Amino acid sequence: MSTTVVNVETEGKTWGGGNEPLKASYGKMMMWFFIVSDALTFSGFLAAYGFSRFKFIDSWPIADEVFTHVPFLHGQELPMIYVAFMTFILIMSSVTMVLAVDAGHHLNKAKVTIYMFLTIIGGLIFVGSQAWEWATFIKGDYGAIQTKGGNILQFVDTEGHRVALKDFVVANADADRTQHERDNGLWFVSEGTLPTYTVEEVLHGLEKHDNILVRTQTLTEEGHKTVLTRAESIKQLKENGKAVVEGANLHVNEYGSPLFADFFFFITGFHGFHVFSGVVLNIIIFFNVVLGTYERRKSYEMVEKVGLYWHFVDLVWVFVFTFFYLV
Amino acid sequence: MSAHADTHAHDDHGHHHKETFVTKYIFSMDHKMIAKQYLVTGTIMGVIGVMMSLLFRMQIAWPEQPNVLFEALLGKWAPDGVMDADIYLALVTIHGTIMVFFVLTAGLSGTFSNLLIPLQIGARDMASGFLNMVSYWLFFVSSIIMVISLFVEAGPAAAGWTIYPPLSALPMAQGGSGAGMTLWLVSMAIFIASSLLGSLNYVVTVLNLRTKGMSMTRLPLTIWAFFVTAIIGIISFPVLLSAALLLIMDRSFGTSFFLSDIFIQGEVLHYQGGSPVLFEHLFWFLGHPEVYIVILPAMGLVSEIMATNSRKPIFGYRAMIASILAIAFLSTIVWGHHMFVSGMNPFLGSVFTFTTLLIAIPSAVKAFNWITTIWKGNLQMNPAMLFSIGFVSTFITGGLTGIILGDSALDINVHDTYFVVAHFHLVMGISALYGMFAGIYHWYPKMYGRMLNKNLGYIHFWITAVCAYGVFFPMHFIGMAGLPRRYYTNSNFPLFDDVSNVNVIITIFALIGGVVQIVYLYNFFSSMYYGKKATQNPWRATTLEWTTPVEHIHGNWPGEIPHVYRWSYDYSKPGHDVDFVPQNVPLKDGEEELQH
Repeated sequence: MSTTVVNVETEGKTWGGGNEPLKASYGKMMMWFFIVSDALTFSGFLAAYGFSRFKFIDSWPIADEVFTHVPFLHGQELPMIYVAFMTFILIMSSVTMVLAVDAGHHLNKAKVTIYMFLTIIGGLIFVGSQAWEWATFIKGDYGAIQTKGGNILQFVDTEGHRVALKDFVVANADADRTQHERDNGLWFVSEGTLPTYTVEEVLHGLEKHDNILVRTQTLTEEGHKTVLTRAESIKQLKENGKAVVEGANLHVNEYGSPLFADFFFFITGFHGFHVFSGVVLNIIIFFNVVLGTYERRKSYEMVEKVGLYWHFVDLVWVFVFTFFYLV
Repeated sequence: MSAHADTHAHDDHGHHHKETFVTKYIFSMDHKMIAKQYLVTGTIMGVIGVMMSLLFRMQIAWPEQPNVLFEALLGKWAPDGVMDADIYLALVTIHGTIMVFFVLTAGLSGTFSNLLIPLQIGARDMASGFLNMVSYWLFFVSSIIMVISLFVEAGPAAAGWTIYPPLSALPMAQGGSGAGMTLWLVSMAIFIASSLLGSLNYVVTVLNLRTKGMSMTRLPLTIWAFFVTAIIGIISFPVLLSAALLLIMDRSFGTSFFLSDIFIQGEVLHYQGGSPVLFEHLFWFLGHPEVYIVILPAMGLVSEIMATNSRKPIFGYRAMIASILAIAFLSTIVWGHHMFVSGMNPFLGSVFTFTTLLIAIPSAVKAFNWITTIWKGNLQMNPAMLFSIGFVSTFITGGLTGIILGDSALDINVHDTYFVVAHFHLVMGISALYGMFAGIYHWYPKMYGRMLNKNLGYIHFWITAVCAYGVFFPMHFIGMAGLPRRYYTNSNFPLFDDVSNVNVIITIFALIGGVVQIVYLYNFFSSMYYGKKATQNPWRATTLEWTTPVEHIHGNWPGEIPHVYRWSYDYSKPGHDVDFVPQNVPLKDGEEELQH
């Protein structure tokens, strides 16, 4: 059967074969489809986050009150400043990635090297900042009381400013138990950190200070948290106080609903894992660039492929940033 | 890596590379070998899955009666030969998981996408042979883990194949919620990775590696079906991954995504605020497209086989493509119809009813096109054709009850009864299985170079067809009578005494239908060595895979890849001496390409 005869009739009308649709090689195409798939994974998480947040729309923590810390500036409330810095760094690393890809098109090895290096640095700064953000969130800020129903009671003064537990509560020196550690107890057992104070001590402190009020997590119509009167405050704490909460983990969260912390840790963690993988990929490609692998291949397409991934990771952060911090 | 350099590397396949046993049969990167690996693994998993269904069917028919088979196969789970309730639930769960994911997703799509995509589009191999190999081995590992989970001391996962929390989220909830559930999740996570790598390969291969002249509108419908299936897989499996990861967090790290305030054995757990309904949403966003991942490849195979064996062009080629695309699109916006009784807003329910019923349109287009394709055709009634016709039959039967179940007002009455079991087994279980059998009977000569025994094929088909209807048709009636699915025994409810005889009949049909698969297995394995030697184009088909030599070679075609000059359905075209014109035959002078 003659298979090499070219039929003139169909020439030009049908797909010629051997070319790439959209001018993309199969590797680049695969990266695109992988990104589609990964985007759907993140969509699943963000949809779940939206679903859960709407369930608690009247008591969800206010992000401006949670993310107020900046390294080296202790005790100052600077909402969103640090996360804005992180976001800026990540977006700048996307810019340097674009420049690296562009330099790759011109087969300019020196420039690709520099820009890849800058991208890696940007990624590392972001991951490091994320770790700091987590640590701050875990450590907590003012401390709060968890009620029997699982709600969070925070403390404010009469002007509405937050008050930390340590400012009005005195720990009872002869407490009936100490934190269990491996060197003062059984070495093979560990115990979660005990709160600094007990509920009774907090109640005692509240009764002593006339200017301190309890703030519940319920939002008023103006979007502020409800502040109770003095009598209500003491009654609420006395009747419903269950545990002292300092900081946040996967079980409790001093800022409000535990789901807030669960989703924060999980989604930023999953994104951070992506950034970390991206940094590792970038480092591999960086060394290939330095060693001249792509120079010999006369094609920097690998830089382009990791570039696609890197931009995707940045784009996801824009969504995470919007949904967790801004709205 | 430049693409041109790559294409060149593909052309060199088959000329060098010394193949050892390991690179040829085990860690093979050749798509034909990987297809066979998928098929054999899928078959073994299928045997396990079907045997489980026979076991629990015997329990349903003869509830809590001692059975030698139970004692022999279930050991401590059948004290004195009476099946334990926990293992009943576990068998139902693992049967569903194995059949849906391991047999009808990986076994079907993995086999035929791998075999047919490069052969039918005219490519030397998949875009990335290496990823293809990794994909198979991940599937293999996940199969092994799923099988290992059967031997966990506290029992395999028993929360149903949909693994709703809290049964799946609390390790102390039931026996199977512990290590069994963990292994289930690990296995599925690996399975999702395998499916992702496979799908990426299929999509990219279809887009980038078609031979000269093979435009998208000249592709056989098989390729269209595999292509769209892979795209649905890329879109829906990641959402299952999201759900599985959140579930693992709940299970192992104490988050509350899917768990709200819960007491277990008098103890208050710390979980607060989560919602199991959230899991249902995430799960069914995969779960519904998943049934199309199962059925679309079967539809593609059947379209191809029906046209070949009717010696007629497929009727409504473009309508077929359009309905595949429409089904794929609609499949992602109908998941709520699995959750009508979950407490969903009734208005939302009516929206999902609307989108669900829309699927009836493209499905009916396909059913009518198959019927019109065989209408007045010169039918070749070989086993592949019989299974294809069987496919259309069960697809219509099961599809009609889908209209009932898709309507929230009607669904609430039969939700979680045997009516649902009958519906989905006919429309996706049996249908997809028929599609798979049809594909195996049709492409066996391409895979193994020998023919399957035709007479054994007839026996296999007719007994299977009678038994499949014998099993699932009566289920509609006991379902409408209210018999709930997944119950260990119905003898505690006098209400259901009337249907107990029906259950015995169903089980007898199931046993016969199960046992007759041995005929198929015998045929499959013995024909590899003793079957009649196949000719190059035994079915006188038009597609490119029949232009390759019978003996497999790496790179598929010994010389140049054939060019394509016509669509894949030039059967009985006027003006030709034979009733089929292969795609690689140039148009004659003055011959027009069929408008399709």
